[in-house]
Amino acid sequence: MKRAGWLVLAAGLAGLPWAAGEYYINLASQIFIAAIFAASLNLLVGYGGLPSLGHASWLGLAAYISAWMSLKLGLGHWATAPAALLGTTLIACAFGWISLRATGLGFLMLTLALSQVLWGTAYRWVSVTDGDNGLRGLTRPAPFGISLDDAGSFYYFALAITAVAIWLMAVFVASPFGAALRGTRDQARRMSALGHDVWLIRWITFVYSGFWGAVSGLLFVYYNKYIHPASLSITASAEGLLAVIAGGSATLAGPIVGAVIVMILKNYVSAYIERWNMLLGFVFVVIVIFVPEGVVPGLRRLARQATKAWRSPR
Amino acid sequence: MQYWIIQTLNSLALGGLLFLLAAGFSLIFGLMRIANLTHGSLYMLGAYVGISVLKYVPNLWLAAIIGGVIIAVFGGLVERLILRALAGNALGQVLVTLGISFIIADLCLMVWGGDPIPVPTPPGLQQPIVIGGVAFPTYRLVVLGIAVATALALYLLMDRTRLGAMIRAGVDDMQMARAVGIPVSRLFTMVFCLGAALAGAGGIIGGPIMSAYPGLDADMLPLALIVVMLGGVGSLLGAFVGSFLIGAVYTFGTALLPDLAYVILFLPMIVVIAFRPRGLFGRQSV
Repeated sequence: MKRAGWLVLAAGLAGLPWAAGEYYINLASQIFIAAIFAASLNLLVGYGGLPSLGHASWLGLAAYISAWMSLKLGLGHWATAPAALLGTTLIACAFGWISLRATGLGFLMLTLALSQVLWGTAYRWVSVTDGDNGLRGLTRPAPFGISLDDAGSFYYFALAITAVAIWLMAVFVASPFGAALRGTRDQARRMSALGHDVWLIRWITFVYSGFWGAVSGLLFVYYNKYIHPASLSITASAEGLLAVIAGGSATLAGPIVGAVIVMILKNYVSAYIERWNMLLGFVFVVIVIFVPEGVVPGLRRLARQATKAWRSPR
Repeated sequence: MQYWIIQTLNSLALGGLLFLLAAGFSLIFGLMRIANLTHGSLYMLGAYVGISVLKYVPNLWLAAIIGGVIIAVFGGLVERLILRALAGNALGQVLVTLGISFIIADLCLMVWGGDPIPVPTPPGLQQPIVIGGVAFPTYRLVVLGIAVATALALYLLMDRTRLGAMIRAGVDDMQMARAVGIPVSRLFTMVFCLGAALAGAGGIIGGPIMSAYPGLDADMLPLALIVVMLGGVGSLLGAFVGSFLIGAVYTFGTALLPDLAYVILFLPMIVVIAFRPRGLFGRQSV
């Protein structure tokens, strides 16, 4: 039953470019990018209990490093992609070291302040980032000589990367290390008493989460061929956090469902009412007040209740 | 010489405005454990509301008081109607304040438009004071004076009155404060309104220097966060020292290294957080 579900999902994803128009293929590609972004944030928020409001740093930083190296240094994608991932991960090491001096709300404020520093720098360091104009004129890579310029081939590229990313994050969560991470979330002092280095577990998770954030950033800049300081803004971080919370944190499917919801809201509804920020704000308030557990755990609870009612003698 | 004096006064005026913002943020966080991410938005809303008030009341100080009261009422409503419903859920409260800050930002854009709106300097304060051939911009001195006076008033309130003693008790040990019969719930609303009023009044007082523009909230909030992390949560002295430190670092950083002003901005915070996670004057770690 479960395997059949996976097969249907895989067939549906593989067949989508034949069934859907270019608009939907591109929307799906954007959802993949948002899904990696939200899933990587979920490692911190859901499994680590560390609410970060600076996750856009990793998407934006990787995108900027890649764009800057190819535009200003003239390097090819073989060099810019690993350098962007490495550079972003190193900055994540440093930011994690600072942010994890605190937990809870202090951690949230530190991640927010640090990401705002990157945002402000992207606006002001015009000689490197071109400021408010953003970096434009970028290209997509051509792995193994296959051009990614049409919507369909980029879709498969993004799908492949997303599948690998989600799988590796699932492995991370299911591993003994992931269990220790959930332990530090629920009972930090007991974990410490059991001999686990709570700080180190959190820091490694922070860096790992930053790495996958950087992967989503590379996909983002390949998709858009353009990067602007807005991608580093608090709004961008908040969209990721909304995807995690809306879908349901500390579940694997939650952030993906959340990413679908956020991207569809952003692409559809904002086309009609043109006020994305206000809508984002309202959705935030409504979800936190009315569906704090998220959509996926909420539906799961309903399904459990339904099966129970079905099985119990009437 | 003239240039450096102007820069120094700019940094002091910015420090003063930051104090008006950070003092409320710090007290709210220290007492209620709410990271109020609407604080930058309240500052911006104060600036815009003040501009509208100025159309009917052509006096900046009166507009600052009226604007401060309006923002205080708004803050009190948010606290009573929304944050109170989420008591005990710290992350939920932060996310709600974040959502509200997006709504406020978009509302301001709808009502007051996307262009920066300048606020005229009050007549009588436009001419610089000239002492010994050096001109001092008067309005910046006045802003500095207001900030210092506010700091003094807040210090007296916190240190010399019964209300202040209750707030300090709440910051230090909330459960014990409740147990000895301090009306913590009413205290919450009062502190939230006070913080909102300071931010709102700060927005319009800062108007002649910074004007009002979309994105003012996103510019001010991180500065307030850095000030509070630097100075220590819940500490008035910390907010005061941190504000002027960050005001100076930001102003001189922008003047000397405009590209990297934002990077320099967080260096003091890193140093303090690394060696003293509770901040310079904080009594509790964040």
